[in-house]
Amino acid sequence: MAKDIQGLGLALASRFAGSRWAEKYGLRKPAQRLAYLSTRSGFRLAGQLSARRRQPSTSAANDARPAAAQNADSRSASLFDLSLSEEQNLIRSSVRAYAGDILRPAAAAANEQGQPPQAFHQRLMSELGLGLFSVPEHLGGSAPHYSPVTSALIAEDLAWGDFSLAVTALAPLAVANAIVRWGNPAQQQRWLPQWLQETPPLAAIAVQEPGPLFTPGKLTTHARASRKGFQLDGEKTLVPLASSAALFLTAAVSEGRPALFLVPADSRGVQVSPRPAMGLKAAGCGTVTFSKVTLDADARLDDGHFCYADFISLGQLHWCALAVGTCQAALDYLLPYCNERRAFGEPISQRQSVAFMLADMAIEVDAMRLLTWRAAARAEQQLPFRREAFLAHTLCSEKAMQIATNAVQLLGGHGFTKEHPAERWYRDLRSLTCISSGLHL
Amino acid sequence: MMLNLETPKKFRALVHQARQVAENVFRPVSRKYDRDEHAYPAELDMLAAIMDGMNDGTMGEGAGAGKLKAERRHGDGIVNSTNMSTVLGLQELCWGDVGLSLTLPRQGLGNAAIAAVASAEQRQRFSKTWAAMAITEPDCGSDSAAIRTTAVKDGDDYIINGEKIFVTSGERADAVVVWASLDRSLGRAAIKSFVVEKGAAGMEVVRLEKKLGIKASDTAAITFTDCRVPAANLLGSADISGAQGFAGAMQTFDNTRPVVAAMAVGVAKAALDRTRELLREQGIRLNYRHDLKRCSHMEATLYRYEAEWEAARLLTLKAAWMADNGQPNSTAASVAKAKAGRVANDITLGCAGLLGDVGYCEDELLEKWARDSKILDIFEGTQQIQQLIIARRLLGKTSAELR
Repeated sequence: MAKDIQGLGLALASRFAGSRWAEKYGLRKPAQRLAYLSTRSGFRLAGQLSARRRQPSTSAANDARPAAAQNADSRSASLFDLSLSEEQNLIRSSVRAYAGDILRPAAAAANEQGQPPQAFHQRLMSELGLGLFSVPEHLGGSAPHYSPVTSALIAEDLAWGDFSLAVTALAPLAVANAIVRWGNPAQQQRWLPQWLQETPPLAAIAVQEPGPLFTPGKLTTHARASRKGFQLDGEKTLVPLASSAALFLTAAVSEGRPALFLVPADSRGVQVSPRPAMGLKAAGCGTVTFSKVTLDADARLDDGHFCYADFISLGQLHWCALAVGTCQAALDYLLPYCNERRAFGEPISQRQSVAFMLADMAIEVDAMRLLTWRAAARAEQQLPFRREAFLAHTLCSEKAMQIATNAVQLLGGHGFTKEHPAERWYRDLRSLTCISSGLHL
Repeated sequence: MMLNLETPKKFRALVHQARQVAENVFRPVSRKYDRDEHAYPAELDMLAAIMDGMNDGTMGEGAGAGKLKAERRHGDGIVNSTNMSTVLGLQELCWGDVGLSLTLPRQGLGNAAIAAVASAEQRQRFSKTWAAMAITEPDCGSDSAAIRTTAVKDGDDYIINGEKIFVTSGERADAVVVWASLDRSLGRAAIKSFVVEKGAAGMEVVRLEKKLGIKASDTAAITFTDCRVPAANLLGSADISGAQGFAGAMQTFDNTRPVVAAMAVGVAKAALDRTRELLREQGIRLNYRHDLKRCSHMEATLYRYEAEWEAARLLTLKAAWMADNGQPNSTAASVAKAKAGRVANDITLGCAGLLGDVGYCEDELLEKWARDSKILDIFEGTQQIQQLIIARRLLGKTSAELR
């Protein structure tokens, strides 16, 4: 059984190493390295690759790595350090390339049609190997450990392509992340390998309930203990992939405390209705009602240490990371535009009123990024991070909207039309203060 | 390697020491020297000795204006060095008092200029000199390339003529680093800096400014009338063929802007801490649990301030970290300075404004911090200058194109 699972991960890693993305962006070598690293826990790929082509001699040195690497980790962890690991940089460059070449061009149509392009999630798996980065090594994935930082980087770079498509891409992975973080071994064995399949499961987190004063701390959805397990009643809204998801990770009060339940979408008593919003069109958000849904006893996601507040914070942080990426995209989009667009005989970028708006964007994007990274890094280091996540979300909510509205403003009347992506980013980024969960680093 | 944005353990002792100074030396006399504007804070002499001890002794790599410089890129590995320790130390000191921090002996901006552009021999010669910095003139502030002060070669000396204003520690420092032009027709390429030691004939402190804040720090107007300075006191190279000289002088700012940003972060923290303390007495506590929509205006405002404060703090650390690791940090330094300058002003003014009589009256220091913070968004390059620098860099514009 274990071998099959690892085999799955291996297949995925090889597909990625050989994918045309790797070829096109000159990432083949890095991709090999990534593939190697992704299976370093034990097997196998290194040997296979070296049979196919010369593997640099570093592989021998790397075999002896774990102990030394751990020492280096503990030493450098005491230093302030903004540099990313080799793996993280490799992941970033391929995700960024994918975001630019696949997500950005597909975004306008996805927005119009209210759904992602065909086979969107399958392609994310086969071309980007996205599931690998969430599923831990012992279950066949490539994550050496649960890494909210890596998840945040992936979110940032995907959202650089398009916010709404990034939400679409990440909603199922958020469920996988939550299972990695909060599931017991049996639940992890049962569910996580699915994220390595060619057609990964569509899944979404459902926390938010209708109403202007909703707060995640006061849930009305209840899971009452029953003879067989639980009976779930309640209503969730702004659930991404509402109509297509096969699985909802649902927050409900059980025995007086908030808990998470894995609810198959085809359970009796689950009803879904679309609820289009200002933005996030591609994600197909909707309302999901649960009436007397019967759940097994093991539907409750619990490794014995579930912390609802941390779960919510990790959700907030995922949204922050997305906002950072899209705000960076807005800045990157506007810089050349303002240099090219002329008014009164010179580029508009030579006017201070324009230039200063761009400078402010750059300042605030970096601020958003640092707060988000810090909170994610603390989560990864198992330090308390609720305050940091809360502050990151406070800052990102405000600055992202400011950046988005200024992005439309700088494009003038053109920015108000769908000729540019700014109006879409504007609608998407409004979501930060309106959405309370749905994701998880 | 692991992403880590926490304060490095190795600087905890330094941070703790700086906080002790802030709390036990600065705070008790903070109001006294705010009221008695031009009195010399004698308490600081003792402190200077302690700081020297810190630098030469336990802290090893040390901290302070005289130690700031962009490091060469290290072969391997990341370091946290003097740029970061200085930023961390100053932040704590300014939590105590910005004005007093500014007038700490041997921590002048001039010392940073010496560290950045001086030759090894000069660095050695001026190592114990407390140096102020004189750039601004009555008719030129932000536009430092337009200075009119001149330096004319005469044998082994230069003869300096001109008037400088807003010289921080201009009266108290042992020397002043004066920016002057060797040839005004050549523009910025001919601008050089000179160490003019106190007592030089022709140099006169003509006025001390009366200010809105940082009253503990003396701000001098100094005139130079046929003031003779040894040619060996010209910092860096006398060559005027390239723009290197001016650029070199401007480089000083890449290292000092994060420090000023750190000062802003410090005073903002003082206001936040005290405001929370006062509100706790009124039963208001922050728990980072409610979202902003469901808490009081007072709480929501404090959450927002704290988020902005963290942003300023982390941007400052980033700029210092880059300098420590030999990464070009000109933009990051301006980003930190711009963000921290405005955030500190917003927070200190906002806290005073939130608290009514308590915020406004002199029995608390909140009103003082709200006055002190304003300078941090002005000196070392105003908010607007920082934005120009950032925008030019982002857009690839010259200073002639984006003015």
